[in-house]
Amino acid sequence: MADETPKPEELIQIDHAPPKTDWMEVPVNIRKGMYCYAANPKSVEYVGLPHAREWNPLDDDWKLPENWQEILHEGFKERLEKFRSFKVFMDICVRCGACADKCHYFIGTGDPKNMPVLRAELLRSVYRNDFTRMGKILGKVNGARPLTVDVLKEWWYYLFQCSECRRCSVFCPYGIDTAEITIMGRELLNLLGLNIDWIATPVANCYRTGNHLGIQPHAFKDMLDFFVEDIEEITGVQLDYTINKKGADILFITPSGDVFADPGTYTAMGYLMLFHYLKEKYGLEVTWSTYGSEGGNFGFFTSHETMKRLNAKMYAEAKRLGVKWILGGECGHMWRVINQYMDTMNGPADFLEEPVSPITGTKFENARSNKMVHIAEFTSDLIKHGKLELDPSRNDHLKVTFHDSCNPSRGMGLFEEPRYVLKHVCNHFYEMPANTIRENTFCCGSGAGLNAGEDMELRMAGGLPRANAVKYVHEKFGVNMLACICAIDRAALPPLMEYWVPEVDVTGLHELVANALIVPGENERATDLRGEDIPGREVVEEVEEGESEGESEEQADE
Amino acid sequence: MNLRYIIPLIAVIVLFLIALVGAQVPGFQYVFGVVIPYLALITFVLGFAARVIGWSRSAVPFKIPTTAGQQKSLPWIENSKFDCPVKPWQVVVRMALEILTFRSLFRNTRMKLKEGGRISYQLELFLWVGALAFHYAFLVVLIRHLRFFIEPVPFVVQLVENVDSFFRMEIIYPVFKFGLPGVFVSGFLLLAAVSFLFLRRIFVRQVKYISIASDYFPLFLIFGIALSGIFMRYVTKVDVTAVKELTMGLVTFQPTIPAGVNAVFFVHIFFVSVLLAYFPFSKLMHLGGIFLSPTRNMTTDTRARRHVNPWNYPVPVHTYDEYEDEFREKMVEVGLPVEKMPEPAPAQEPASDSEPAQEEEKE
Repeated sequence: MADETPKPEELIQIDHAPPKTDWMEVPVNIRKGMYCYAANPKSVEYVGLPHAREWNPLDDDWKLPENWQEILHEGFKERLEKFRSFKVFMDICVRCGACADKCHYFIGTGDPKNMPVLRAELLRSVYRNDFTRMGKILGKVNGARPLTVDVLKEWWYYLFQCSECRRCSVFCPYGIDTAEITIMGRELLNLLGLNIDWIATPVANCYRTGNHLGIQPHAFKDMLDFFVEDIEEITGVQLDYTINKKGADILFITPSGDVFADPGTYTAMGYLMLFHYLKEKYGLEVTWSTYGSEGGNFGFFTSHETMKRLNAKMYAEAKRLGVKWILGGECGHMWRVINQYMDTMNGPADFLEEPVSPITGTKFENARSNKMVHIAEFTSDLIKHGKLELDPSRNDHLKVTFHDSCNPSRGMGLFEEPRYVLKHVCNHFYEMPANTIRENTFCCGSGAGLNAGEDMELRMAGGLPRANAVKYVHEKFGVNMLACICAIDRAALPPLMEYWVPEVDVTGLHELVANALIVPGENERATDLRGEDIPGREVVEEVEEGESEGESEEQADE
Repeated sequence: MNLRYIIPLIAVIVLFLIALVGAQVPGFQYVFGVVIPYLALITFVLGFAARVIGWSRSAVPFKIPTTAGQQKSLPWIENSKFDCPVKPWQVVVRMALEILTFRSLFRNTRMKLKEGGRISYQLELFLWVGALAFHYAFLVVLIRHLRFFIEPVPFVVQLVENVDSFFRMEIIYPVFKFGLPGVFVSGFLLLAAVSFLFLRRIFVRQVKYISIASDYFPLFLIFGIALSGIFMRYVTKVDVTAVKELTMGLVTFQPTIPAGVNAVFFVHIFFVSVLLAYFPFSKLMHLGGIFLSPTRNMTTDTRARRHVNPWNYPVPVHTYDEYEDEFREKMVEVGLPVEKMPEPAPAQEPASDSEPAQEEEKE
């Protein structure tokens, strides 16, 4: 963590009162710790995006192309025509203020320009000036202003202080979605080469190597091999995995973050163990892919076109390998893209079969067109049909709460599936307060490409509402493990917990599944996947999951 | 900052004076009573239509509903039908709940940072109540006014009137008589609600910070409309028969200015005209826009039914062949299967040689 990051006691001193000065009169102050470094021109160039150059957000001169205003004006106009969402959202906001205190960045920073309504007004003010009569006539009194360099800088600063989590859109009486506005705004900024590096470089990496981290195929395989060794050490089972295999049943795609860094690696080990189990017991062959080694899509944070270009590999790889359908791992924005964009932009996937679980016979009718199933749907179905032998007591040392990731929540509606799995693989599960979970969930503070090191203050502030709710269940129930289904979460939440609630660790769902999963031929496991001793594991209860629901699940809904 | 409501306030006062004085000028009663209302109505209808058509011309490339409840996935998991609607009728219900009951506003919470650094989010329904009161009071007032434009007065209008004046309040002092014409609750409620919405903009610091002139102007204008209406009905006791003669004249395209229509009436009808004409160019268009909001009016079955983007275009992608060309040696080294084995000679792959892979289907 950067040394300059204020201490939690300092950061919690938040003043939510807006300043006396009119917001248009408050000049943007690009502050260290709150912004991400400019995109590396090589990365911008690699994917052929315009105006790649060295530039520094702190410099006065951003080396903008000469006709930058014209580029933005035309770009704005084009997007108003291409996206009804953008046009309607520019027009109908009444500034009722319902969204104001719903944004985690506003709650955590108190900066009024982080109120969703004002974030949108940053663009709307220019829209009024450029595209409406009323705005032209009345000018500033009516919230209109011309696009100047300062306004552009303000856009840049605040559009990269939005994680596109859509929480505000739940509360907006017209469903105005700031994510949509941020997406458009970032697209516009990209027309001028104004991306941040934490997005641009993963995009370039992903285009070239198939994943954000730039892991080349041989290294990717090495990592999986390494997990296999670890798993053997812990369970005594030498497992087998399938990669780049033609004719496998299912292609599995997950964020590369999980093969790269703790604690995501344990989730990756969980996948490997689950697939091994399914192959041993039911002969199901699930293949990984190196070309399709990234589920996440930082193109989504760049432009619709970039998103489409990166995502294309999923269907291409499924076609090449001749699998029946695709299984997607635990990831947040990946699932927004898959659920709401993929079929439209990369489909139709008519060369794939309508997804059916060969083990349970369940038809995943909700995925019958795009042919991609979420692993929480897949695993909960297996558990429901009693197809997994589980010993949840192996997770008894964990008191678990569940963080709904923004995108699977508000861009998909995936709430019950992961909870069902959780309740069957661990015995101690506690919900956070209702206003902070499910569709009301709070962002980790680092979504939409803001998970860099240099903006740590922003991340800790933005993650405050989430951490605050975790702290509540930690103090009330002794929760010590925060489960999530998102790779960014697994990267972002550990430092957030360390900062606000150091007693709580972070895990993926399938790490807990693998802890509980009784793999054929395994020895008596003395540790969990992290190599930590499982205390008091003398008694191993037989847990058979039947068809019936509502077993004695310890749970505390508030 | 102050200018943001001072200017609209002045504007409404000026409008008031224009109508008050203007209608006294001989011949100008026709302008205020006939010409301006007609022009305003035309502006409203054409402007409203143009805006809605403008929105519908913009494409809907992706299905991006906000899912605020459990998706429809596995048969044993209950789908939240109206927060994550799958079927069109469920979307209709979701939209109806949104439009008729302001459902999303009903979720409103207020965040509080408490001593000791705990954050709470409490249900906060004042805005919801205020908004509902405002819109429904306005609706009832509108329906009541149909009496002036339809002859005979439809039963529905009479019913609404009866319900609206259900709470009779009569103060009959020798010096002060009130309530004799039958008090319509809606008018006063509208006045109260519009005042609340205004005070909220002034006293809730965050709302004040974001408010602009076009947020205050319609509030002042509607305040003026409600106040002048109430004034006419309960104080100056406008000649209702004369007013109806005028309004029916407008409806039947035989406009006349009957005697007995007083100045307050002209203020009232002028305010209404301004509101109508202003409507299509303002945020008041949320009335039309809410129907077109893509986060609310679409089904969430995005993986089950393909949505077509009208401007979808092909994009350059990094193909598997290009990928393998770059990494083939490394892949072979670690035993990853490849489409094409590297040639023993220095690997110089001709770029064109990208024969489609033979795909084996496995059962």
